[in-house]
Amino acid sequence: MLSINNLRASIGDKEILKGLNLEVKPGEVHAIMGPNGAGKSTLSSVLAGRSDYEVTAGDVTFMGKDLLELSAEDRAREGVFLAFQYPIEIPGVSTTNFLKTAINEIRKYRGQDPLDAVSFLNLMKQKMKSVNIDQALLSRSLNEGFSGGEKKRNEVFQMAMLEPKLAILDETDSGLDIDALRIVANGVNQLKNENNSFIVVTHYQRLLDYIVPDFVHVLYNGRIVKSGPKELALELEAKGYDWIKEEVDGVKA
Amino acid sequence: MKFDLQDILKSDIKDLAKELSLSDNSILAEHRNQAFESLQKLGLPTTKHEDWKYCNLSTATKKSYSLATENSLTNADLAQFNIADLGEANILTFVNGVYQESLSTIVSPSTELTISNLKDALAIEPNLLSNNLFKYANYETDAYTALSTALAESGTFINVPNGKAVEKPVLIRYISDVRSNDTFAQSRNLFLVGKNAQATVIELYHTIGAHQSFNNIVTEIALSENAILTNYKLQDESNSAYQVNTTQVNLLKESVYSAVTITLGGGVVRNNLNTVLNAERTEANLYGLFMPQGETLIDNHTIVDHAMPNCNSNELYKGVLSDNSTGVFNGKIFVRKDAQKTNAFQSNKTILLSDNATINTKPQLEIFADDVKCSHGATSGQLDEEALFYLRSRGLSMQSAKSLLVYAFATDILEKINNEALKSHLEKLIATRLNTEA
Repeated sequence: MLSINNLRASIGDKEILKGLNLEVKPGEVHAIMGPNGAGKSTLSSVLAGRSDYEVTAGDVTFMGKDLLELSAEDRAREGVFLAFQYPIEIPGVSTTNFLKTAINEIRKYRGQDPLDAVSFLNLMKQKMKSVNIDQALLSRSLNEGFSGGEKKRNEVFQMAMLEPKLAILDETDSGLDIDALRIVANGVNQLKNENNSFIVVTHYQRLLDYIVPDFVHVLYNGRIVKSGPKELALELEAKGYDWIKEEVDGVKA
Repeated sequence: MKFDLQDILKSDIKDLAKELSLSDNSILAEHRNQAFESLQKLGLPTTKHEDWKYCNLSTATKKSYSLATENSLTNADLAQFNIADLGEANILTFVNGVYQESLSTIVSPSTELTISNLKDALAIEPNLLSNNLFKYANYETDAYTALSTALAESGTFINVPNGKAVEKPVLIRYISDVRSNDTFAQSRNLFLVGKNAQATVIELYHTIGAHQSFNNIVTEIALSENAILTNYKLQDESNSAYQVNTTQVNLLKESVYSAVTITLGGGVVRNNLNTVLNAERTEANLYGLFMPQGETLIDNHTIVDHAMPNCNSNELYKGVLSDNSTGVFNGKIFVRKDAQKTNAFQSNKTILLSDNATINTKPQLEIFADDVKCSHGATSGQLDEEALFYLRSRGLSMQSAKSLLVYAFATDILEKINNEALKSHLEKLIATRLNTEA
């Protein structure tokens, strides 16, 4: 599904990703954890195609295609979805109206006919249930006046509507209380199947009780320095990141 | 016959009156000589005048035009401009400034509303006209007002008697028929709203044909105590249309004037919207949207004169500029010495969609009272990059994302329109302009 080789990326003069490697196969859930400043958000941004970041080395292959060659919208059309850490407010644009345009542009890209209004509404009704989000919220201006939980649920709702092959959740759990967390996790779990994959970037282990990862990676200093099964997350929770830092820096020295 | 503004300025008013067959009705003629003298003294403004700095009408004012001839347009020709689902409305239609009875319909009962063209009004309500016509817009300081006062003979007269709320909207259609000639037309309007009375007036400005037009419109509006007037304008003329549109509003105690001016078309459009809050507790709400494209220019000059205390005014004008177009916004707010407890807010926001588009924006606040709340703000720039990225990350092309954001920005002004049919009509027009869906 996704193959990242020796990825190096900078913002301005600062190099953030320093040779990152990652393999994600269909049906897998990968958690990416790490201390602040390690490069977690940078990784999400680079994969989604934000132009502020410059890729200086390495390659990213998605479903056999060179992901870095594709524009942000083409990546979305190929099946990549980023659930933003800080979803922006867009006054005057409602979730409903922009999603209809998004879905139809994606379908056009894939050679499919556009969805008519009725089919679109039915799809919406179906997906709304899975994230426990109501019609009123979707008709309002995108994220305007939404609580943190509502914003994140809206991200997962969009994910449910777009049915991506690879979903990247960028600190989706930040700012959520336990109930909101459960709803978001539930939404994600309903979408999971053996053909799609998830990269869950998170600071805290708590989310991973609900979205159970197949692999946990530690991102430190722009590289994935340790990978393991889900128990690794529990170990990090108990011990923090210092032991990893010592291991890595120690080896360096 | 030929109409040449430069020649007109050099003429003798008596000869001109004969040549143009101007009416000798005493009310119309009362100020004619003085106004013409004023016009000659002032001369038409050029870009050397501060308030006309960015509004270049020199080509328009040096041309030779034809005046109106027999009308051949029918309702079928005008159907393209219809507002779907508007329902019953009082419709007055002017073609090249001349009232067309066959293209007009009155539906409100005469107890609720007096509406007619200016000439007929002189016979029906001479006192009202004599007391109000030419009394508000100042022909001594404004040349286009002077031109209108001296020579205009046609327009709309509206009177809403005390206590009446006019249920059906008034729709005034100003059509320039330039299929055969370049034409010059003037309209002189007077709207009077009585005590505790209410009405909604919608004005449409359209062009049929490919020649040039020059329209000089002056509208005087007087609101009595507790009157409410809602005034919508859609200016959607061709790129060869020049328009100077002066609206002068006088507000008496506790009255409310709300205007939404949507300018989507025209070669050069200059709007002068002047409101005088001439009594306590009045309210003026001025909203506008201008979307010039190509090489066109839209200039919105507004004045809110807080002459008395305890009044509120709100202004929001939004611009979306494409190609090589130019937008101008000059919002003057005067707060006079005794106008304590004034609340006056003004904002102009513009999006520039091309590197060659230009916006000239100048808030101008002159405050002489000390217990007031006034603010002004102007922003101009491009679309929010973060918002664009968000939409693209969902699969929207850059173009679709831009259109969606611009549409959202522009239609924000439409929220101020209470008439649903007009609002939908405008949403569709703007969506088509932006290549997106309403």
